[in-house]
Amino acid sequence: MNAGCFLVAQASSLGERVADRSFDFVQAAAEALGVPYNTLLVLATTALLGAVSGVVGCFAVLRRRALVGDALAHAALPGLCVAFLLAGVRSVPVMLLGALASGVVGIGAIVALRRGTRIKEDAAIGIVLSVFFGAGIVLSSWIQNSTATGNKAGLDSYILGKTSGIAAGDLVVVAVACLACIALVALAFKEFRLVTFDAPFARAQGWPVAVVDFGLLAMIAIVVVIGLPTVGVVLMAALLIIPGAAARFWTERLWAMTLLAAAFGLAVGIVGAAASSRVERLPTGPIIVLVGTLLFLISATSAPRRGAVARWVAARRFARTIAVHRLLCEMFEATTEVASDWRPSEHRLAIAEARRRGYVRPAADGYELTEAGRAAAIDALRDERLWQAVLVEYPELAVGAADPFHASASEVLPPAIIGELTERLRAAGRWPEELRAVAASGGSP
Amino acid sequence: MSVLDIHDMTVAYHRRPVLWDVDLVLEEPRLVGVLGPNGAGKSTLVKAVLGLAPMAHGTVRVFGEPVERVRKRIGYVPQRESVDWDFPVSVLDVVLMGTYGRLGWCRRPGPRERQLARECLAKVGMEDFERRQIGQLSGGQQQRTFLARALAQQADLYFMDEPMAGVDAATEHAIFTLLGELRKAGKTVVVVHHDLRTVEQYFDYVVLLNMRVVAAGPTNGAFTADTLRRTYGGRLSMLEAVGDAVEARERA
Repeated sequence: MNAGCFLVAQASSLGERVADRSFDFVQAAAEALGVPYNTLLVLATTALLGAVSGVVGCFAVLRRRALVGDALAHAALPGLCVAFLLAGVRSVPVMLLGALASGVVGIGAIVALRRGTRIKEDAAIGIVLSVFFGAGIVLSSWIQNSTATGNKAGLDSYILGKTSGIAAGDLVVVAVACLACIALVALAFKEFRLVTFDAPFARAQGWPVAVVDFGLLAMIAIVVVIGLPTVGVVLMAALLIIPGAAARFWTERLWAMTLLAAAFGLAVGIVGAAASSRVERLPTGPIIVLVGTLLFLISATSAPRRGAVARWVAARRFARTIAVHRLLCEMFEATTEVASDWRPSEHRLAIAEARRRGYVRPAADGYELTEAGRAAAIDALRDERLWQAVLVEYPELAVGAADPFHASASEVLPPAIIGELTERLRAAGRWPEELRAVAASGGSP
Repeated sequence: MSVLDIHDMTVAYHRRPVLWDVDLVLEEPRLVGVLGPNGAGKSTLVKAVLGLAPMAHGTVRVFGEPVERVRKRIGYVPQRESVDWDFPVSVLDVVLMGTYGRLGWCRRPGPRERQLARECLAKVGMEDFERRQIGQLSGGQQQRTFLARALAQQADLYFMDEPMAGVDAATEHAIFTLLGELRKAGKTVVVVHHDLRTVEQYFDYVVLLNMRVVAAGPTNGAFTADTLRRTYGGRLSMLEAVGDAVEARERA
C-alpha cells in the first residue's frame, strides 16, 4: 500500500513537471501562430487524438476488436475513481493510469468469462461493460457526495467528455501516445496486415500471432484511455470505430484506408471540438460522435463503388441489361416462341433502354429490331443456348464459371466443348444463325 | 530422414477427441491425398501439424525437426472460408504475404519479393488480376490466389486444406497440374480432398482417415474397396454418393 502511494505520488509529481514544461511550449506556439492559447491546445489535442484513433481503429474494426474498445472505455471508469481516491487530488496522469488498469482488468474479465464459461464473446463484453460502468457510476457519485474534494474531481466530465478541462499536460500525453502508436503501425504494418487478414496462415508461417494481437490491443487501450478526458467513457469507442469504418467505403487498399481514417479522425476531432467549445456546457463526446456520424453517412451513401448510391445504380444497370437481353431475345424469336408476360412498367423501361442503345426502333405495329439489335440478339441467344447446354451436358464445368451476363461461354470453356455443343444445337435447330434464316423468311418452323 | 513424422497424435476439442493415436510417416516426397468422411478430422490433422489446433498428446517432426524450427520450409493453403474476402487488400498483396516468413520482422517486401509474387501469380494463371481487390474474384480465382501465396512461401512441404472446394473444373485441373510439377521438383504436398472420383488420377499416396488412420500408403495399394468401406462404412458411402449426386444436381 505504501509502495502504491509512493508510485502514485511520483507519477503525480512527474505529471505536474511535464505539464509545466509543456505549458510554456504551447504558449510559445500559440503566440507564434497568433491563435489563442486555449484554442490551440484544444484543437491540437483533439486533432491528434482523432488521427491516432483513426489509425488504430482501422485495425480494430478489421480484426473485429471494435467492441473490445467499447468495453475497455466503460471499464475504465471505476479505475478513474479509485485513482482519484488514492491520489487525493485531480491528477490527470494518475487517473489515466487508474483507467488503464481497470480497463485491462475488464478485458481480463472478458477473456476469463469466455474461456472459463460457455458464454460467447458478445455476451461477455456486454456483461463486463455494464457491470464496470455501473460500478464506476456508483463510485463517482459517492466520491462527489461524500468526500471533501469530490466536487473538484471533475469525474462527471470523464463520462461524456469535456474540452474545457484540457491542460498542456494532456496535449503532451496525447502527442506521445499518438507518435508511439503511429510509429508502431508504420514499423509493423506488414505484421498487422497479415494477422488481421489471416491469423491461422500467419501462425503457420511462424509469426507469434498472440504478440501481434497484444500489440493491437495495447494500442486500443492507450488510445481509449488518452481519449477519456476529451470524449468520455461512453462514446470513446465511437471515435475509434467511425473513422476507420467510414474510410473503408472509399478504398480497397489497407494503407489508403489507414491514411484516410487518420485524416477523417483528425477532421472529426477538430470540427467536433470547435463546435462543442462554441456552446456553453455542451459535452464534447456527443458532438464528436455526431460529426463523425455525418462523415460516416456521407461515406456510406456517396462513396464510389461501395457507397449505397453507387451500388443502387450498379444494380439498376444490371437489371436493365438483363431486361434488354430478354427483350431482344423475345423480339428476335417472336415468330417461333411465345412471348413471356412482362409487367407493363418493366416492358416500357426495357424498350426505352433498348432504344437508347439503338437496338430497337418504332415500327407500324409497335417496335422492331434494328440491324445492331439483331446482331446483339443473336450474340445473346447464342450465349444463352450454349450456357444452357453446358449446364445440362457438363454440369461440373459450369460450377463457379456459369455467368451468362458477364462472360461469353466461348471465352470461358475449351473450344472442343463449344464446338461439340454448337453442332448439337445446330442439329436441333436451336442455333441462332439458323433461326435468323427462319425469321428472315418470315417463317413457319 | 523422413519428410513428415506424426507419432501418436491425439487432438481434442472441449475434451472430445477428434483424432486418436494418429501415426503417419512420409519417408519421401509424395503427392498425398487425405480422405475421409465429414468430421473425420482431415482439417484437424493439418491444423494440428501446423500448431493451429491443440494437440493433447503426440509429437510431430518435419524433416527430422520440431515444426517450430522448420516453419520457413512449410507452405499452407487454409480453407477459403477462413478469411474475410471483403478485406481491403489486392491479389498481389495477398500473394506477397507468402514472402513475409522469410522477410522477418519489420522488413517490407521489395522488388525481389514483388517479382517472385508475380511469377507465382503467373503459375496459377492469375497475372492479369494482381491489382484486383480479392472480393471481386470468383471462387476459383480466390483459391488460385491462395495457392500462389503458398507458392511464394517457396516451401518444401505444403499443406492444402480443401483447395478444390467450390472451384470450377478448369481451376481444379490447373491446380493439379501445378501440384504434379511441385511433386516432380521434389516437394511434398498434402491435400485434404473429398472427391473420391479423382483420387487415383491425382495422388500417388493416400491417407484414409476416420478419427484414426484407417489406411495409409501408395494409392494403388491403400485405396481399395475394402479400405474405403472401412473408412466410410458400407451404408455411409452409398449415402455420400447419393448426396453428391443431389448436390451436383442442385448446383446445376
